[in-house]
Amino acid sequence: MSLLAAIPLQRIEVLVAAILICVVIFELVRRRHLMERYALLWLLAGVALMVLALWQGLLTTVSGWVGIYYPPAALFAAGFVFVLAILLQFSIAISRLSDQNKILAQRVALLQQQLEREQTEKAQGEKAEEESSEGLAPRR
Amino acid sequence: MTSTKLAIVPAHNEAGAIAGTITEIARWAPDFDVLVVDDGSTDATAELAREAGAEVLRLPFNLGIGGAMQSGYIYASEHGYQVAVQVDGDGQHDPRHIHDLLARLEAEPGLNMVTGSRFLDPREGSFRSSAARRVGIRFFSRLLSRITGQPVTDPTSGFRMTDRRGIELFAHDYPRDYPEVEAIVLMHTLDLRSCEIPMAMKPRLTGVSTISSTRSVYYMVKVLLAVFVALLRTRPVREAQEVSPTAAGQAL
Repeated sequence: MSLLAAIPLQRIEVLVAAILICVVIFELVRRRHLMERYALLWLLAGVALMVLALWQGLLTTVSGWVGIYYPPAALFAAGFVFVLAILLQFSIAISRLSDQNKILAQRVALLQQQLEREQTEKAQGEKAEEESSEGLAPRR
Repeated sequence: MTSTKLAIVPAHNEAGAIAGTITEIARWAPDFDVLVVDDGSTDATAELAREAGAEVLRLPFNLGIGGAMQSGYIYASEHGYQVAVQVDGDGQHDPRHIHDLLARLEAEPGLNMVTGSRFLDPREGSFRSSAARRVGIRFFSRLLSRITGQPVTDPTSGFRMTDRRGIELFAHDYPRDYPEVEAIVLMHTLDLRSCEIPMAMKPRLTGVSTISSTRSVYYMVKVLLAVFVALLRTRPVREAQEVSPTAAGQAL
């Protein structure tokens, strides 16, 4: 209890938000609404937020290293980079999906053409067979 | 399959012109099989093409000219065709010139692609297209001539014939949205040889061009990016002459 009391209210809020992110992401993965591949970046963000909330002075120290004098600005910058990373990941995923989609569409067209041709050939073969058997019938 | 030569006709909502194009090919190039690639048409293009006696590949949705043409090249590759020519379904490409392309391709061993150019012969300079498009064509003409070290006067012409090696390359890797310009660079980076012959083209009969004036700028920027990326890219290890396992199985 003394530990919690030592933590300012804002930090507790951030901590709750971070835990919430992780829980939601875990739950989505568990229900198979989200693939592990795409969950990783989100979990990384949640964990980073958690570390920043718990480790007092980390944000200020890191900001100092990169030369940002106003620590919250460093947080916004990091958040922006994270959003960009996720968007890039989506763009890559969309490119791959649309390429796979194209290949599938082409294969469907090729298979359909092959199937239709085999069906016409089969129908023609049966027709020819019928005609030849009809030709035999009168002799019997 | 009755022939070793294939005419690939990409068509998107070309019900008005497709039957005529197929009849013309059958008339002027009877030694070519005709494959219509119906690129997700919402009209009767596929049915009319089938009635006119062509084989039809029916794409389940619109892929754009690059994806449609690549389907044709995959078909040509898997059915063992030795020569493939692209003839647009809108009637712009006059099938009586197919044998001009073939003569050029067969005359020069080692030649992989022959393109019909609207601008090579100064007398044919009357071909009409939008101003923006003409600027784009001239720009890419200069750029590609510089890159390939040989004159490329009509980089956007789709009336082109490829040999077996070109077919296998394009079946494996064909640019997607506006493929003609990129395809020239692609062949150049793989040391495949191409050339142009002069050719008159008819104004399109029906339908709408895939490239409107307003989209020309987007077209230029996008193709420009693709050309430079293609130049920087180290090509896939797989050589153009190799065929994927499934394709090889079906070709036999």
